Amino acid sequence: MRKRCLDMVYALAQRDDRVVFIGSDLSPGLLGEMKKAYPQRYFMEGVAEANIIGVAAGMAMEGLVPYVNTIATFITRRCYEQVALDLCLHDLPVRLIGNGGGYVYAPLGPTHQAIEDLAIMRALPNMTVTAVCDAEEMTRLMNASLDWPHPIYIRLAKGGDPIVSRPDKGFAIGKAIDMSEDAGNADALLVATGVATTAALEASKRLAEDGVRCRVLHVHTVKPLDSHAIVAAAREVRLVVTVEEHSVIGGLGSAVLEALADAGEAMPRVRRLGIGDEFAKHYGNQQKLMDVWGINAQGIAGAVTDGLARARQ
Amino acid sequence: MNDAIKSAYATDLGRVQDQPLDEGGRHLRRLIIRAIDKGKRGHIGPALSLVEIIRVLYDDVLRHRPAEPKWPDRDRFILSKGHGCLALYAVLADKGYFPVAELDRFCHFDSILGGHPEVVTPGVEACTGALGHGLPIGIGLALAARIQRRDSRVVVLMGDGEINEGSVWEAAACADKHRLGNLTAIIDYNKLQSAGSVFEIQNMEPLADKWASFGFQVLEANGHDVTDLRRTFAHAMALPPNQPRVIICHTVKGKGIPAAENNASWHHKAELSDDVRQAIGLAEKD
Repeated sequence: MRKRCLDMVYALAQRDDRVVFIGSDLSPGLLGEMKKAYPQRYFMEGVAEANIIGVAAGMAMEGLVPYVNTIATFITRRCYEQVALDLCLHDLPVRLIGNGGGYVYAPLGPTHQAIEDLAIMRALPNMTVTAVCDAEEMTRLMNASLDWPHPIYIRLAKGGDPIVSRPDKGFAIGKAIDMSEDAGNADALLVATGVATTAALEASKRLAEDGVRCRVLHVHTVKPLDSHAIVAAAREVRLVVTVEEHSVIGGLGSAVLEALADAGEAMPRVRRLGIGDEFAKHYGNQQKLMDVWGINAQGIAGAVTDGLARARQ
Repeated sequence: MNDAIKSAYATDLGRVQDQPLDEGGRHLRRLIIRAIDKGKRGHIGPALSLVEIIRVLYDDVLRHRPAEPKWPDRDRFILSKGHGCLALYAVLADKGYFPVAELDRFCHFDSILGGHPEVVTPGVEACTGALGHGLPIGIGLALAARIQRRDSRVVVLMGDGEINEGSVWEAAACADKHRLGNLTAIIDYNKLQSAGSVFEIQNMEPLADKWASFGFQVLEANGHDVTDLRRTFAHAMALPPNQPRVIICHTVKGKGIPAAENNASWHHKAELSDDVRQAIGLAEKD
């Protein structure tokens, strides 16, 4: 996903001379072809995120479209005021590409784990927040990003993620995608973002074998949220389960609850699967850390079974 | 800081302190007081130290068109110490970017002039107020000019307290790396930050050496002497275009109102007394 994202920056740069790349002390040779082809629009800067966001803002004020890349925690936490004021207050088309959303950097510990990035980016006016599910969908997002008039946070997953998105479903920023083969008569609605959608799809397959029908809504854009699609789908079920590789505070689950509450209707039961309110206490790998919170097919299926049982009481 | 430097600054401050204001300087200060009177608030001390710097920039240095604020080939000016905005508003109004009467609506609910600059105001390039943001943005503007092959110049004005921020020095290193000859930083060195003397709160001396070591060409000026500012800015703009430059302007916080001069408690004021208006030649509250 990361490679596809950066390859797309180069592809967009070839297509449009407004496109600029700014990295913060990334891997040697990164986007070397772009550097060679467009040295004036390729910047590999130092470890200075506050400065880099301001520089990107200045470029965007002049009509350029900067794609800025570094580790997700550093591009969100480290320079939050610059993102809020330089980018969001001016509502500039800068794209923030955050490597390692969620627990990708499991072995590196909490300093490198972006568990609240969606929440803090979502809280900023004018910011668009995205977490696609695979490399193919990344291509669609990057194509759509070129002329999107607002700042965008692009959360990256680990890479090598299974391809579950489908071109026939289309793609538009802010529009949720119904991933179900047959959306009718579902018992439960799974709402997921990023690679959690892959786990939700796997869970829905397992549940179908037990006769439980799930509809899976993939929310690649956490903000602006497709409240209409979420509320409409929630009306048809007895249970909604949200799934995200993110803190349960302020991310997709919170956004879905807000949308359902704001609809002002009787809502189905809602269960949120996500990272509890704590920094990781272990290392290992990404999946093991997610397993702690049941962010996997088994955990999702269990939440659905349990939630439906309670809904019947 | 050693005694020799302290003594040098005392002498220097005296020179700047004694600098008489001309009618242009008094006129702009009257506009500032008018806005504070109507808005019932304002950062007065930080604005009064900036008046001559911004005035000379807009009179003699920047290429700009008040009737066409977004003219693509203009020079860009960012007031990074956004709390000095009243000086900028006074100059922009005086130049015709918006009617002078707008100053009477300073900080009103539906005003275009807020307590910190925002791009809704004609002539304001960037929203500032949180400190340490202007120089990075200025670098982006300067790099964009290079990419787009425009000869626009970028001027960023910072406060002496503002340069405590680490982002200023991240940006300084970046400006040096890119040899940004189209970028000029200005420091309003009034030697008082909000809490007190900059030498006590956070000494940044040796200031000129710091900027020089970051790759900047360094000039200094009396920030209230219009002739000295004109000469220094002209000199700065004529320097070899392969290095960013900084102009350290020695100023007096609150300059022009005796009670406010070098007085940290005049950083922000809600009400002005009649004798203050008297001192500035604004005899009565209008």
